[in-house]
Amino acid sequence: MKKTFKKVVSLGLLGALVVASLAGCGTKNTGAGDGTFLIGGLGPLTGAAASYGISVKQGAEVAIEEINAAGGVKVGDTSLQLKLQFEDDEADGDTASAAYNTLMDKGIQALLGTVTSGAGLAIADQTNADGILQITPSGSAKDLTKNPNAFRLCFTDPLQGETMAKYAVETLGLKKVALLYNNSDDYSTGVAEAFESKVKELGGEVVAKEAFVTDAVDFTTQLTSIKGTDAQIIFAPVYYQDAAYITTQASELGMTLPFIGSDGWDGVLDKVVDKKVLEGAVFLSPFLATDPDTAVQSFVTKYKEKYNATPDQFAADGYDTVYVIKAALEKAGKTDSKDLIKAMTEIEVKGLTGTVTFDASGEPNKGAKFVEIKNGEYASKTVE
Amino acid sequence: MTLVQILSRKKYKIRLNLFAFFGSKGEDSGKSELAYEDIEEKGWLGEYRIYDLIFTKGVSMESIIEQFINGLRSGSIYALIALGYTMVYGIAKMINFAHGDIIMVGAYVLYVSITDFKMPVIAAVIFTIAICALLGIFIEKVAYKPLRKAPPLAVLITAIGVSYLLQSVAQLIFTANSITFKSIINLEAVHIGGITIPGITIVTLVVTSVCMIALTLFINKTKMGSAMRAVSEDKAAAQLMGINVNRTISVTFAIGSALAAVAGIMFICQFQSIKPTLGALPGIKAFVAAVLGGIGSVPGAMLGGVLLGVIESLSKAYLSTELSDAIVFGVLVIVLLVKPSGLLGKNRIEKV
Repeated sequence: MKKTFKKVVSLGLLGALVVASLAGCGTKNTGAGDGTFLIGGLGPLTGAAASYGISVKQGAEVAIEEINAAGGVKVGDTSLQLKLQFEDDEADGDTASAAYNTLMDKGIQALLGTVTSGAGLAIADQTNADGILQITPSGSAKDLTKNPNAFRLCFTDPLQGETMAKYAVETLGLKKVALLYNNSDDYSTGVAEAFESKVKELGGEVVAKEAFVTDAVDFTTQLTSIKGTDAQIIFAPVYYQDAAYITTQASELGMTLPFIGSDGWDGVLDKVVDKKVLEGAVFLSPFLATDPDTAVQSFVTKYKEKYNATPDQFAADGYDTVYVIKAALEKAGKTDSKDLIKAMTEIEVKGLTGTVTFDASGEPNKGAKFVEIKNGEYASKTVE
Repeated sequence: MTLVQILSRKKYKIRLNLFAFFGSKGEDSGKSELAYEDIEEKGWLGEYRIYDLIFTKGVSMESIIEQFINGLRSGSIYALIALGYTMVYGIAKMINFAHGDIIMVGAYVLYVSITDFKMPVIAAVIFTIAICALLGIFIEKVAYKPLRKAPPLAVLITAIGVSYLLQSVAQLIFTANSITFKSIINLEAVHIGGITIPGITIVTLVVTSVCMIALTLFINKTKMGSAMRAVSEDKAAAQLMGINVNRTISVTFAIGSALAAVAGIMFICQFQSIKPTLGALPGIKAFVAAVLGGIGSVPGAMLGGVLLGVIESLSKAYLSTELSDAIVFGVLVIVLLVKPSGLLGKNRIEKV
């Protein structure tokens, strides 16, 4: 009796599965016909990296609401309303692959994603085979844009290193630099290596190259080594907690060398006891919520109203990516990914994270945004 | 040039140059640069840094002394923690892996008593030490005492369990995010010649020295100290002589945990940031120090701790940051190969 029951239940479930998958097929390739353009979003909404995915999704939603309220996107003769279908990839490759298939079944026409690098690398070849326009708002791994259908909105790690090298050697004229980085972290190592080679290329010299590993708290040895050299500036491409330790300990050792950092420094002010140790430090950040720029302030206000939170750089990346898709649609005058991809290299978008154009390799060309810590606050800094 | 001459010239940046050692200045630069390029191209990790140090860069004596002091500072904290491991091992014949997490508890107790209870500094420090000592006794009574007759492996696993428990409880209460904490020690840095010694380093060195001297006196001069030495030598015989073994073990845990609390206080005054896992790494390093010095030996733990700190600091500074941990553990392996009981391991009279 019990066995029969199990059989019936499993047959029933199997049937439900078949129906469900057929139903999936049935909804495929809706879209342009009903006056909407469906953007698929992929990013972590749960798990350790959830805050990144949630920020991107919310930023994108603010942009879509804005665009739709203003009458949608004019493509050829018709106006299309944008719609976002966002799926959770848990920042994991396998989950991302399944989530991408779900999105394709729902008939997405362009992909905003992935938010993180690892998930994006896992689906790169899949999206290329489907020929769909893919723009990653925040994935910085180099190979994310290896395929012709893929573009990136944010800076790559190496580009950050090169930008800061130029800032130190050319803008500040400081040729002797010290480098302090986390050699057990891809991001930190990637930025550091690019920085080092660019400094050499510009005629500067890396007089001290000190490393540490993740979870280190004691940087006095490395800082003392740097102190013993004739370095004029310290570049630390690290995350904010490390930056807090480093700057505090440097001050204790009586060091007065200026610090420059990468975008991982965003948030460092909350992690130091004495904000004075950070005074004058300069780092890269594509977006600053306190930027007085009117577009930025309008976004911050809308975001705060809708989500009761201050937007971060990921939210701004999500927002800008939607506007990039809008620009590509308007330029192409069509909704096919083939035409959109072609249009990508012909557009220029003035976004929150800077004015951006794209080259054929999928990389963005945009000016770096510098942040300086002034009087214990983040302040945007213009660099010639 | 002799070493004395080098030392006497410490005001200047001395090029520790091989050619300078033999007195033929001037003709060195070309040769050493060439060799340096050669080695750099070959990409030898540690070796080229040594080469780099000796032949081309020139290292100031100030820098060497500062690095040495850095090493002494972290070494003295390791020593303080290692004492807890070694005392407990000497008496209870177990490795108390929860010991590192007592440091973390100490850090949070100090934070809470100053930030939330608004205690004056001295009271907060005493309160912190007392809480940690009580926690040490409590852990022993609840987790280790019932296992006194159990196989060593069971006790070891229990200790690891207690360690995770402490970390998880801290994470539940305070979350995994780090908390910034303003140091309670505000001593200006001292400048001697070209050398800068941060105030916190001086305080750490003084406090740890005082603790170690006090502990040595306690073990050697007091009745309880004698009882501890007796229990560590022969538990059964000590009991027959009328020594209260349970009480002695409790006192040992209390002292060990109190020293860990002091280490915890020094630690957060140095790094000004607290998180639930902060005790793990110093705990492991201190355990290595205890083994290096000879586990069970009190002077061994002190020597092992200081030695470990100095080796770590100097190898980070002059050999390779990447390899510093490998070098530290390499030294441990070599010491254990030559002298399996550790540097001062056989010293039975001092054994606690």
